[in-house]
Formats: sequence, structure tokens, C-alpha cells
Amino acid sequence: MTGFVQTQSIDARTAPLAARRSLFRVLFGDVLSTVSTLVILFAVIALAPKLVSWGLLNGIWAGEGTQCTGAGACWAFLRAKYPFILFGIYPPGQYWRPIGLIVIFIGLTLYSLPPKNWKTSTLWAWVIGTVVALALMAGGVLGLEAVPTDSWGGLPVTLILTVLSLGLGFPLAIALALGRQSDLKTVKYICVAVIEGIRGLPLLSLLFIVSILLPLMLPDGLKIDKLLRALVAMTVFSAAYLAEVLRGGLQGLHNGQGEAADALSLSWWSKTRLIILPQAISKVIPPLTNTVVVMVKNTSLVLIVGLYDLLSAGRAALADPAWPAPFAETYGFIALIYFIICFSITRYTHWIERQNLFGVNR
Amino acid sequence: MAFIELNGVNKWYGQYHALRDVTLSVDKGERIVICGPSGSGKSTLIRCINALEGHHQGTISVGGTALTSDIKTVEGVRKSVGMVFQSFNLFPHLTILENCTLAPIHVKKIKKAQAEDLAMSLLERVRIGEQALKYPGQLSGGQQQRVAIARALCMQPDVMLFDEPTSALDAEMVKEVLDIMVDLAGSGMTMLCVTHEMGFARQVADRVVFMDAGQIIEMNTPDAFFRAPQHDRTRQFLSQILH
Ligand SMILES: Nc1ncnc2c1ncn2[C@@H]1O[C@H](COP(=O)(O)OP(=O)(O)OP(=O)(O)O)[C@@H](O)[C@H]1O
Ligand SMILES: [Mg+2]
Repeated sequence: MTGFVQTQSIDARTAPLAARRSLFRVLFGDVLSTVSTLVILFAVIALAPKLVSWGLLNGIWAGEGTQCTGAGACWAFLRAKYPFILFGIYPPGQYWRPIGLIVIFIGLTLYSLPPKNWKTSTLWAWVIGTVVALALMAGGVLGLEAVPTDSWGGLPVTLILTVLSLGLGFPLAIALALGRQSDLKTVKYICVAVIEGIRGLPLLSLLFIVSILLPLMLPDGLKIDKLLRALVAMTVFSAAYLAEVLRGGLQGLHNGQGEAADALSLSWWSKTRLIILPQAISKVIPPLTNTVVVMVKNTSLVLIVGLYDLLSAGRAALADPAWPAPFAETYGFIALIYFIICFSITRYTHWIERQNLFGVNR
Repeated sequence: MAFIELNGVNKWYGQYHALRDVTLSVDKGERIVICGPSGSGKSTLIRCINALEGHHQGTISVGGTALTSDIKTVEGVRKSVGMVFQSFNLFPHLTILENCTLAPIHVKKIKKAQAEDLAMSLLERVRIGEQALKYPGQLSGGQQQRVAIARALCMQPDVMLFDEPTSALDAEMVKEVLDIMVDLAGSGMTMLCVTHEMGFARQVADRVVFMDAGQIIEMNTPDAFFRAPQHDRTRQFLSQILH
């Protein structure tokens, strides 16, 4: 057959359903899957009875420290101490205030997740929300009893450090990333030096440096808050890391985008704000959220400069001599909170990657 | 005085001499087609006119303003010069309508509603009005290039520069873009087009400029240019592209 002419047109048909892999195939489909399934199964079978008897059958669910004899989990401890772990030495009668802060931060975060809410008004909501939340914690206004930051602790401190270090670090990171690309050599090298200098230090030493150096640089008598000092260290730390992530996005941009903006006579700032940054940022959302996860966990290092974040509040709770110090239960509880936060962020990253931003399937 | 004047323009990329003593003047309403082999400096020439590239020697003036490196001068000239790129360069994160209203709103400080009216009328003119709320990634190449033309026209420029606007398009879409350009030429727009579409040159150009090795080799009316090319290099080039 040499020639061919189609005489009828073929109507479009629906695509065949992709066959789902059966659970059996997933678990035992090949050697590696089979081995890992068996290893996990064996581990679960070996550990489950111990966990059940420790946590459930012999667990102490209520009562005093003397009742926890060590045979089972001391859940009674968490029951008695969870307010302290969550809120530190904040005045117990005022717990609604840190709860208010948590609600504000979680609410704003949830609202900011869908791309359709990425607009200037959301940014203002964050600014106002943060001010209100901090005022709520600090008091001294609107008849609220003043609570010094020395008495703040637990989850609010973890959230404050995360939100503010990232929120303040991000604009700084933008400035550093843009500066790094500048044609002005001095600006460029200063930015490179700052970014690489900070990235070369562990956060721990940065916390020490800021805690010790900042008071030395200030005039005598002017004391600055411990929380503020930690915040400064964490802000510059996150700025340096975010700047590197942003640099990747900036480098991934096609030259033509900036040229088209130039040809339309947009000023440098309009071009950067309206064309360059939105595209650069949207290219690096996964590594950005990754940095957020890292910063959430980094907050636990502020323990070293005497702040009571979630983890240090837990350790402080364990020091109570009236209880037999149930480490596993307490750290398990704290780990669960960190896990919920970090796992949610990871799930969000996966979700956002699947969104077709700008009508384009990525 | 002509609307665009280039006088003895020289430009180097490092040690490479990309534009050599280029002198060209374009009157208001004139349509110029620039052609020449790859690497001959066609893009460089028109990119110097809106200062996407800076030149090193000679003078370039647009609408009576001499181009300097002063940013205000440059931005002033760019307001009156629209440009269409080979690779469209639409902003992928903005809708078609937003692509078109961006510069009027942020450069000319026109009210949003007014900018949208203007953009819609120009999108209708390039026959793409019904796609206004889509994103560039959802459009074909030909449609994107027509949007790019409308986006440039939204600034109501005095001159339009085209740098091989149809080279990245499939044959089927070339015509839809050329039709728009012919239409634009008919409306009296001053145009400088780098293109290999010789049919377009014959149809609308007042003058054809032939470049090679950074120089203008020959310049003539399309009729004389195609019928009786003077320079050997031009004849050789034409014989290659016209078979
Ligand atoms: N940014 C640059 N840096 C260095 N050399 C460049 C740059 N841009 C262009 N050139 C060189 O200058 C010469 C002219 O380039 P130009 O882009 O103006 O050519 P053209 O005539 O537009 O060619 P084409 O038909 O391939 O687009 C080429 O040799 C090119 O390699
Ligand atoms: Mg070119």
C-alpha cells in the first residue's frame, strides 16, 4: 500500500482509565518492596506489644507524681503539665492571651495558603495581626495586665520566632538577593559577604554572638530584650538562607522578561516588583517552604540563650521534683506538635506544586 | 528633521565590532524593513534605538531626544517606542489583559478602568479580545505574538520596532501575525521591522535596509532593492533567500 486517504474523521474518545496498582503489587511487587515490607512488618510486630502494654495497659492516666512508678507511661504528667509546656511561665489566669496569639497566627496562615489570597491586603492583615497578637501577649494596653517577655514561653515563643524571623527576614532576603545581582560592584560584594558570612556560621554561634555583642554595642544601661536578641539572630539567619533560595529563582528567569519590561519603560523598581520578583518567587516555592520547616525547628536552639520555647518549656517541666521526669512522654508530645506543624507545611508544598498557577500545568 | 536619526553609530560587544558607522534616518510614518544574514547586527541596531543596548559612538535621537545613559532620558524615549520580540516575552504570571494594562497603569499612571478599555479595544484590533482573561501559557504562538503587539500599542507609541516577530512561529501562524502588521502599517504607524518575510517587505516597506557585518550595505525602495540589487553581497543574499 503506497497511498492512503482518510475518508472518515475519527471522533475523540475518552482516555482509558489508568490501571491502579493493587496494594499487593505496591507492597510485594519487587524484591526491594518485599524486603522493606517484611522488615517494617517485623519491626511493628516486635514493638507493638511493648508499646501497647507501656502506653495503654500500664499507662497512668490521672493522679499524682507518686503514682507514676515506671511500669507504664505517665500520661498524668502531661495532663498536669501541658499548660506549662504550651505556655511556659505565662500567668496561668491569662492563658487566653497566648491562645489568642496562636489563633491569630494559625488563622492568618490558613487564610494565606491559597494563591488567590496572595495580595497586598493579606500582607497588611499579617502586619496588623502580628501587632495585635504581640500586644495581646505583652499587655499594658487596654487594661491588660503587662506581662514581660521574660515570662513568655512555650508554643507562642516558637511561633513568634518562626513568623517574625521569616516575615522580617524575607524582605531582607529580597534586598540581599537583588543586591547580589547588582551591577554596582561594592553593593554586590557587600551582599555576597553578608550572605556567605552568615551561612558559614551555625545558628547556635550566631545566637551567642548576637546575645553577647548586641548589648556591648549599645550604650550602658540600655538593656535589650532576650527575645528580641534571639529574633535578630534568627532574622539575619533566615534572610541569608532565603536570599540564596531567591537567587535560584532570579537566575532561572529568562532575560526577555526584564527586557520586555524595560521596553515598556517600566522603572527599575516597577520591573522588579511587578515582573521579576513574582516570577522568581513562584519558581522557588518548594525550597522556600523547605526553609520555613528548617526555621520552625531551629527555634528550639534559643534554649541556649535562656528563652523558653516549646522544647525548653518541656525540659523545664521535667525538672519538677514532684514527678519522676517522664522523658519519653514529654518529648513525644513536643515532637508531635513539631511534626504536625512541619508535616502540614510539607503537605502544603506538595499541594501548591500541583496548583496550576498562571493557567499553566507545571 | 527625521523622527529617528542614527548618526555614525558604533557598538562593540567586548572586542567584537557589532555596529560600524551606522547612519540611518526614519521619517514619521515610514516603514523600514531590515534584513541581512544571521549575526549581521540587525537586532543590535534596533535594540539600540530603545536603549536595550547602549551604543559607544555616534548619536541616536528619537523624536528629537538624543539618547544618553541618563535613565530619565531613556525611559522618556522608551515611552514612545514600542517593541515586539522574536520570543514574544509576554509576562507569564499575568493575564493577557494585565499584560496590556501593566505599563499604561504603572508608567503612564492611567486609571485602571480606562487602561482596560484601551487594552480591550487593541486586543479586539489584533482579533484576540475573547482571550483577554487567559494566561499567555494557554495561547498559541501566533496568538501570543498578537498580544505582544497589542501590549506595545497600549502605550500608544510613535514608533514600533519588530525583531523577527514571525521567526519563532509555525508557518500557519506567520500569516495571522503579518496580517496584523500590514494592518498597522496601513494605519500610518512608523515601523522598523527586522524580518525575513520578503513578501511583507514588498507589500508595505517604504525602504529595505540590507545589513552585513555590522554595516548597512544597501538601502533602497523594495521595488529597486529586489529588482536591481547593486552590491554583490546583497545579490548573493537575495539569491539565497529567494531561490
Ligand atoms: N550580548 C552579546 N554579547 C556578545 N556578543 C553579542 C551579544 N549580542 C550579540 N552579539 C554578537 O553581535 C553580532 C550581531 O548580533 P545580532 O543579534 O545583532 O545579529 P542579528 O543580525 O540580529 O542576527 P540574527 O539574525 O541571528 O538574529 C553577532 O555576532 C552576535 O554574536
Ligand atoms: Mg537578531
